[in-house]
Amino acid sequence: MKEAIMVKVEKLNKSFGDLHVLKDIDMTVREREVVCLIGASGSGKSTLLRCLNFLEIKNSGKIFIGGEQIEEHTHDLNQIRAKVGMVFQHFHLFPHMTVIENIMEAPVHVKKIPKDQAYEEAKELLAKVGLSDKANVYPGKLSGGQKQRVAIARSLAMKPEVMLFDEPTSALDPELVGEVLVTMKKLAQEGMTMIVVTHEMGFAREVADSVIYMHDGRIVEVGHPDQLFHTPTQKRTKDFLDSVL
Amino acid sequence: MDWFNKLIDTYPVFLKGMLLTFELTVVAIMIGIIIGLFFAFLKISKINILVWLSDAYIFLVRGTPLIVQIFVFYYGLTSLNMSQFMAVVLGLAFHNGAYIAEIFRGSIQSIDHGQMEAGRSLGMSVSLTYRRIILPQALRRAMPPLGNQFIIALKDSSLAAFIGMYELFNVATTFGSNTFDYLTYLLIVAVYYLVLVFLISLLARYAENRLAISD
Repeated sequence: MKEAIMVKVEKLNKSFGDLHVLKDIDMTVREREVVCLIGASGSGKSTLLRCLNFLEIKNSGKIFIGGEQIEEHTHDLNQIRAKVGMVFQHFHLFPHMTVIENIMEAPVHVKKIPKDQAYEEAKELLAKVGLSDKANVYPGKLSGGQKQRVAIARSLAMKPEVMLFDEPTSALDPELVGEVLVTMKKLAQEGMTMIVVTHEMGFAREVADSVIYMHDGRIVEVGHPDQLFHTPTQKRTKDFLDSVL
Repeated sequence: MDWFNKLIDTYPVFLKGMLLTFELTVVAIMIGIIIGLFFAFLKISKINILVWLSDAYIFLVRGTPLIVQIFVFYYGLTSLNMSQFMAVVLGLAFHNGAYIAEIFRGSIQSIDHGQMEAGRSLGMSVSLTYRRIILPQALRRAMPPLGNQFIIALKDSSLAAFIGMYELFNVATTFGSNTFDYLTYLLIVAVYYLVLVFLISLLARYAENRLAISD
């Protein structure tokens, strides 16, 4: 029995000026699935992710979220974005708000949820990412790993249907990577649909249901991590894996 | 001691002048902040005609002396029949608005673009993100140069004397010409200006610290 399709991309193309960054991307992500995007920097992984959240607007192709085709001109992108959570490499917490205010911001001001309800939900999310004691601290006082966990909680507060992670551990000191990956694993086990751009091959191998290798704006190979990491069918995939593993 | 006695003797008149100087400056800066915010947004709108409009305004203000601008409001636009107070306030506001526009533009653009993206990714609209995320941070960064601009405006308000307003500088020169002792009263008025500027810098520093609490 297969889950319903959560995200579907057909013949997606994106250029920045003369630079053709995404070339005819086709991709399907089902509910509860964890998909990892791997590839060298400049291969288009992050751009693909940003197109799915409409932070970049595609040049051509189709994007479906939750079975519905999203047209940038006709859809309220704010509503769509609220359904698609995004975690950034550099966290982008709001430095002038406390941790709990960061998490409550969008539920209160976008979804218009009553403050005390938003507060309770934010508390629960903080407990979930293991930072209950940091509710009233400003982001400047947190370590990178803690910041990223707050960013995850902030994103979850909008109750997204799918979460996008853009190299969530790349800006972290090595000893802080683990705590963020543990949080993400927990999320995956709870059945969150996740698309993760990552250089953490260990995480991809352990958690991903499918791994996509991208090179030069194209999807070169898609497969279950066991298959893709051990018996890649494409030479370019094998070369890339040899260089990073 | 003579100087000190004259300082004491004249303080009721100087205090009145000081109050007027302060009022002129505060009202002008408040209007200037609104003007500045407006033109700052025109400039970051990236819509050609609006950017051009903003540039033209800043070019005009920076390229002409403040005294000319004040005289235009008072002697030039006589059909508007402005009071002296109004003319000086508008002249100062029009003038400072341009500098404040540049202060706001700089501080808004200094906020990491990731803040906007984070807001948008949470489903916040552009205007909501500006209001809740960008502007509060930008305002904090704008505080030191704004305080500076306030001080400049305070001293510039002395030009009100030239359309006959009885503010600090005019009080001093009037005493000076009546007694043929300019130096004494110029040194007295200098003290008043120094005290005012000192108080404003304290206030600005307090505001900065209050706003910087999270950093």
